[in-house]
Amino acid sequence: MRLRSVGVLPGFGLTMGFTLAYLGLIVLFPLAALVLKTTALTWAEFWRTVTEPRVVASYQLTFGAAFLAALLNSFFGAVVAWVLIRYEFPGKKLVDALVDLPFALPTAVAGITLTALYAPNGWIGSQLEAFGIKAAYTPLGIVIALTFIGLPFVVRTLQPVMESLDPEMEKAAVSLGADRWYTVTRVVLPALLPAWITGFSLAFARAVGEYGSVVFIAGNMPMKTEITPLLIITKLEQYDYAGATAIAVVMLTVSFTLLLGINWLQARAGRHRQH
Amino acid sequence: MDNNDPSIVIDPKRSGYDPSRALTEPPIVRALLIGTALSFLGLFLLVPLLQVFVAALAKGVRFYIDSIGEPNALAAIRLTLLAAFFSVVLNTLFGLASAWAIAKFEFPGKNLLITLIDLPFTVSPVVSGLIYVLLFGLQGLMGPWLRDHDLQVIFAVPGIVLATTFVTFPFVSRELIPLMQEQGPEEEEAGMVLGANGWQIFWRVTLPNIKWGLLYGVILCNARAMGEFGAVSVVSGHIRGQTNTLPLHVEILYNEYNFTAAFAAASILAFLAILTLVAKTLVGDRVGREKRVLPSVLESEAV
Repeated sequence: MRLRSVGVLPGFGLTMGFTLAYLGLIVLFPLAALVLKTTALTWAEFWRTVTEPRVVASYQLTFGAAFLAALLNSFFGAVVAWVLIRYEFPGKKLVDALVDLPFALPTAVAGITLTALYAPNGWIGSQLEAFGIKAAYTPLGIVIALTFIGLPFVVRTLQPVMESLDPEMEKAAVSLGADRWYTVTRVVLPALLPAWITGFSLAFARAVGEYGSVVFIAGNMPMKTEITPLLIITKLEQYDYAGATAIAVVMLTVSFTLLLGINWLQARAGRHRQH
Repeated sequence: MDNNDPSIVIDPKRSGYDPSRALTEPPIVRALLIGTALSFLGLFLLVPLLQVFVAALAKGVRFYIDSIGEPNALAAIRLTLLAAFFSVVLNTLFGLASAWAIAKFEFPGKNLLITLIDLPFTVSPVVSGLIYVLLFGLQGLMGPWLRDHDLQVIFAVPGIVLATTFVTFPFVSRELIPLMQEQGPEEEEAGMVLGANGWQIFWRVTLPNIKWGLLYGVILCNARAMGEFGAVSVVSGHIRGQTNTLPLHVEILYNEYNFTAAFAAASILAFLAILTLVAKTLVGDRVGREKRVLPSVLESEAV
């Protein structure tokens, strides 16, 4: 138990004051302006704006594609994390560093690159064309872009948990007569589950709000390949500030709920680890 | 972790189990998993990265150099560096201040404060830009006042700096808070007992302890700041040579079907991304936490 006395060190007033002022100015005040702007609409107007067929179609696309991408990342991300933690192979360190590329590569660059790759005349698109699959300018293209940007989340959430898995647990399972399949499915996977769900939620949350990597590959056809963040921009360009704000509030509500959910999961997982 | 630990209690001959085999996957499964992982990463990461450079050089080196040396491209590079500089400086100051207050002192509402610092991570980039338009745009809350005083924030450089700062807000802070919490206040308290004042403690005790973590946060913050697209796109107004950052410049060229020039500009950003990965790996080794690229909600409660 660490002893921590309040106010022994200097600078609490200064640093806390600066923290709160800066947080208020940059984050809280502007977000409050958003909520304030919504009050310009009546409840009926708000509801009509956010349930317009074109808007509802964009939710379905955005959340559906984000969900699929997060699912893909949950599977492949787990394989990647497992391979990086448990196995040795040449170039492992390089591969590990490369996993962060989607964080480091600007989304606009990812967007135009993926579009060029998956367009009918692109390296991959032309191969898919042979099977009659169209990727660019379809919902499939959106899933591909969202998979790209969400890729690091599951890997990076699972890695530390896999590393801290107690090998004694697996040895105990073996000593009780379990084979490898049984040990993995009954001992290892349940221990990974909270982190896995967290990684999924993070990838999903990131994908729902994503704009830059998607607009290029999506085709942006209303009702078909138009994502919700793009709809906000479209409304803004038509000077429909109230409409843009209403949709933004819906998106904010979803992301806050996700943030709270993730924090709750983390807290639960933290408790489990202590017991 | 060694899974073939010979200290295991079972005698393989008697039990019929070979523990070393039961503690890891059969070779064929290992090869299959490694193959799956590498193909997935190759297809989703390596191929796109190659594509950027191949497409950038599609019309030869001469065209590449001309595309980058063009005045609008240079103006975009300058603005990108400027916006990144301001947001990194501001967020570094904030990161140091917030980490000092949160890690070295106890106060009620600490978890709430940390959650609020995380907020910008979960806000869609487009919404991040929108909130400043609603605040400082002509129709916004402070719009009329700004117009009367002949000040412009939206469709101008200050808006770009603000949007970039919002998007990169938590990076340094969330890197430093867990690090400084882990270190605790003892060394600083020792410094105080020995008669050092606040600044001396910070410069001589705290900063040397956190310098690698700080650098790590700055690298992540800078990378995101230089690459931000959605938020900046909303507040920029896309005025060539004035309010176009490098990612916006890429977009404009691409939408004009000037693909090779778009990829030439994109290749600068891709090159910076590779530099970021290298720097992150090197510094991450020093911090001993290379796995934790996510400075976000991940560590919030689990400490």
